[in-house]
Amino acid sequence: MSEHEPSAARPAHDAHEGHAGDHVVAVPVYLAVFAALMVLTIATVAASRVDLGPLNTPVALGIAVTKALLVILFFMHVKWSPRIIALVLAGAFVWLFHMIAGTGADYLSRGPVDPRPDQPVAPLGPPPR
Amino acid sequence: VAGHEAHHPALQHHFPDLPTQKEAATFGMWVFIAQEVMFFGGLFLTYTIYRALYPEAFAAAAHHLDWKLGAFNTAVLIGSSLTMALAVHAAALGHRKKIVGFLAATIALGGVFLGIKIVEYADKFHHHLVPGPNFRFEGGDARAAQTFYSLYFAMTGLHALHMIIGIPILATIGFFAWRGRYSPGYHTPVELTGLYWHFVDIIWIFLFPLLYLIHG
Repeated sequence: MSEHEPSAARPAHDAHEGHAGDHVVAVPVYLAVFAALMVLTIATVAASRVDLGPLNTPVALGIAVTKALLVILFFMHVKWSPRIIALVLAGAFVWLFHMIAGTGADYLSRGPVDPRPDQPVAPLGPPPR
Repeated sequence: VAGHEAHHPALQHHFPDLPTQKEAATFGMWVFIAQEVMFFGGLFLTYTIYRALYPEAFAAAAHHLDWKLGAFNTAVLIGSSLTMALAVHAAALGHRKKIVGFLAATIALGGVFLGIKIVEYADKFHHHLVPGPNFRFEGGDARAAQTFYSLYFAMTGLHALHMIIGIPILATIGFFAWRGRYSPGYHTPVELTGLYWHFVDIIWIFLFPLLYLIHG
């Protein structure tokens, strides 16, 4: 893929393109991405069947993020799109991170958050093992 | 007079040329996808908080999901993303029959995914794992397990709704492609439909490990 220039401001005028705004990616690139996604799917199933202690969830999320990046960069052509596209997407994910991190910190650092009259309050902090 | 010049029938009058129109349309689609991230984000946040509060119950509840069906559906959806990418590729090259064929394959794989989902949902109804008055759970904290299944149905249901909306869009685009509306110079609708379909695939890429593969 060395023929691909880093994303130009206006890919519509990229010298490699035959038609307005299209970056025609070679079919083998799509097949390779598909193969990688399938291998990573097998990897995430395999990793879930091994006891990694507290690392099981981070490993699963790491594989999922890798798969999502493959889809975004290649299937969704962000690798060859104007940078403003990546900026829009990054903004959405930064927002999501802040929402989960901020709300999570609040929930996990306060007192009982889900008092249930019929059952004891769930312990906070790190889950008991 | 400029207004009487021959121009592409798809070019709207407020754009100077097709590349500019396409850039605006693509940007708009990405802003919509950013909004979708926020739309699903609320559910992912709720999942994160409740799983942190009730890790054992979530793991016990997740064991009633069939990870083999989930993995199969993951492969099916990744396959449909491949056929979607190949449909966009065919559109960029102007291969009319290939666009229609790959879109049909994408629809077929989407149908397989939804069919498996129906089998899974039916199994949950059968085993009283649908939240509500008939919910029954023996293996631990039933209330937290019901929360897990509420999230399971909300997240997979919203995801499936996106596919149910996406399939008629694919069919419409396929119909127009068959009629020869798209060309290498103009096939923005095929590309934007592809962006939508790939986004739906990405949501499932996260749902599969978070719902089916909880270790515990």
